[in-house]
Amino acid sequence: MIQEFKKVWKQYTIGMLWLLGLLWPLLGIHPDGTLTFRTTMMVWSYILAGSFVCFVIYVMKAGDSLKFIVDPVSRVVGNIRTASSALPTWVWILAILVFALIYPQFAGRYGTDVAISVLLYICLGLGLNVVVGLAGMLDLGYIAFYGVGAYTYAILNTTYGLGFWVCLPFSGALACVAGCIVGYPTLRMRGDYLAIVTLGFGEIIRLILNNWMTMTNGPNGILGVKSIGIFLPVFENGFTFEHFWMKKLQLFYYFALALAILAAIGVQRLNFSRVGRAWESIREDETAAELMGVNTFMYKLLAYAMGAVFAGLAGAFFAARMRFVSPESFTFLESAMVLCMVVLGGMGSIPGIILGVIALIALPEVFREFEAYRMLIFGATMIIMMLFRPAGLIPAKRVGTRSEEKEG
Amino acid sequence: MAASFCLPPEIKLRKLNIMEYFIQQFINGLTLGGMYALIALGYTMVYGVIQLINFAHGEFFAAGGYVGAIVLAYLAGLGYMETHPVICLTTAFLLSMAYCAYLAVGVEKIAYKPLRKESRLAALLSALGMSIFLSNGMMLTQGVYDKIYPSELFQGGINFGMVTISYLQVMIVSLTACLLVGLNLLVFKTKIGMAMRATAQDKTMSALVAIGSNKIISLTFAIGAGLAAAAGIMYGLYYGSVRYDMGFVPGIKAFAAAVLGGIGNITGAMLGGLIIGMVEIFAAGYISSEYKDVFAFIILIGVLYFKPTGIMGENIDDTRV
Repeated sequence: MIQEFKKVWKQYTIGMLWLLGLLWPLLGIHPDGTLTFRTTMMVWSYILAGSFVCFVIYVMKAGDSLKFIVDPVSRVVGNIRTASSALPTWVWILAILVFALIYPQFAGRYGTDVAISVLLYICLGLGLNVVVGLAGMLDLGYIAFYGVGAYTYAILNTTYGLGFWVCLPFSGALACVAGCIVGYPTLRMRGDYLAIVTLGFGEIIRLILNNWMTMTNGPNGILGVKSIGIFLPVFENGFTFEHFWMKKLQLFYYFALALAILAAIGVQRLNFSRVGRAWESIREDETAAELMGVNTFMYKLLAYAMGAVFAGLAGAFFAARMRFVSPESFTFLESAMVLCMVVLGGMGSIPGIILGVIALIALPEVFREFEAYRMLIFGATMIIMMLFRPAGLIPAKRVGTRSEEKEG
Repeated sequence: MAASFCLPPEIKLRKLNIMEYFIQQFINGLTLGGMYALIALGYTMVYGVIQLINFAHGEFFAAGGYVGAIVLAYLAGLGYMETHPVICLTTAFLLSMAYCAYLAVGVEKIAYKPLRKESRLAALLSALGMSIFLSNGMMLTQGVYDKIYPSELFQGGINFGMVTISYLQVMIVSLTACLLVGLNLLVFKTKIGMAMRATAQDKTMSALVAIGSNKIISLTFAIGAGLAAAAGIMYGLYYGSVRYDMGFVPGIKAFAAAVLGGIGNITGAMLGGLIIGMVEIFAAGYISSEYKDVFAFIILIGVLYFKPTGIMGENIDDTRV
């Protein structure tokens, strides 16, 4: 035990010294021909202090020194878990729904705005979850379908004046077509090759959006996209329908909420269907799945198209809310961010993804002063999750029992 | 980052006839292709040894460019740049290659080594996280704006009629050639190289004949990152500036080069890099400069679809594709 700790501490010291050597050339060498150490030491000591605290906690937890804290906490957590499992799931869902419904009444304009983007990202995350979590294909160009959906609505609306509800199916359908076009040649590949090819396709779509001046107005983007319009019954002069533009953010929030709920129900139903089982079998072992009679190519294409549809629908909402689209919004970093949400929450788990989205969208809004460190923390989160908890914060529940569970 | 890929301005302004234009483009393509080849080698060597696409490799390239800029600016500040330009440049190359090797060894130990037994999706996601982390770390320490390289270093060039080969291009091409030859000698003529090839073929078996695979993997990362760093400085000198996110697009193109040459194959990566560089320059010159980034991706997809083993790759079994 002692020996192990010695080894761990040695590694930690080496790691921190490595970091110091890494930081100094970047911070300490100046173009006027001077060398300084102050900034480097300051930054380094901040990192050292932060990581030291985490590390001490980690080591103490591993060495059972924290029993007096960990034990009561785990007991409380266990109690909560048994209590929550005693309640049926629909109670929880109802509570969350009620909260979501009354949320804009007490949140301000800003809070509602953040909530809308959380809901759109939930839809995106759930769509990517179909591809990555259920079918097990790493897709790094996912945001391109979001872009296709957004641009479809923006172009149809500004050029032909079509309303949102007419365009929404087109957004979904075009994203689906784009998904099939991308998917058809790439799905014969596996694993990491697929990842890099989807990345390439994502960049191609972004470059097309960026350079096709006549269609997409290039890097300037499309201005003046209309918001959602609905017909409401008016009873003043008899019974007529009148057209309203959803200029109020709160009303828009409810539409985004409806989209997110529909996406969650859709993914849940897909997951526990014949199709979902086929996807799961492909993820676990593609060769075995094919031998069992699963048409792997068709199901992979279907997963790809389904994921793209969710992204396309979310994209149309995005364009309607922003009233502006530009290729800037659909870069690779956005894809990586959505992927990070799915990974953080737990691949294949719907509550996990919702939690992941809230963690990665709402928390940075709370800690506004650390805005610059946002992507840095995203990257670090992905590494740390992979190292310590690859299944995510709320791991997905699996249907049935598995051999490894029986053994354990 | 993509905007800096256009041709040096003096070439655009001239009026060249068709043949001269072709030769000029060929030389530009050779320069760019050499840089891609240097980056592609890192991908292919790492893939050969641990079957991982090292997403952070583009960031090693960018970090090399940054360290080169920092060292050159420092030496210019001391005033050595006017008196001993060659020594300064050599120092910059050596220091930045050493820095990136140091960076890469640490990155491998932190983010990839613990995941070697896990699924490849986990390692790939960790590599992706590392790439985002590194590029944002560079942004935080060095700022979001372009860092300018000293431009007075290589003025002028050799003229053949209307075709101009700048001294910078001569330097880049010859240095690339030296590095590639050196790497070939290292991998195919020395004991270390033999150990590397053995580890790439079979880790267990090579461990049984007393080759420490951890050491070899670290060494592979260090060499690959060093080559990428050299490419980073060349890129900075050639285009005049570096940026924190410049590693992304050249990184993918270099990966396309590695796949085109047959991943895991060192000669293939060199050849693939040259081809991708040529294709990019000729596509920009003859077809469309807006869509020049697309061609590398199309090559990548085409190669993976029709011939996943690449030009020089050996047959790889099902699990590797």
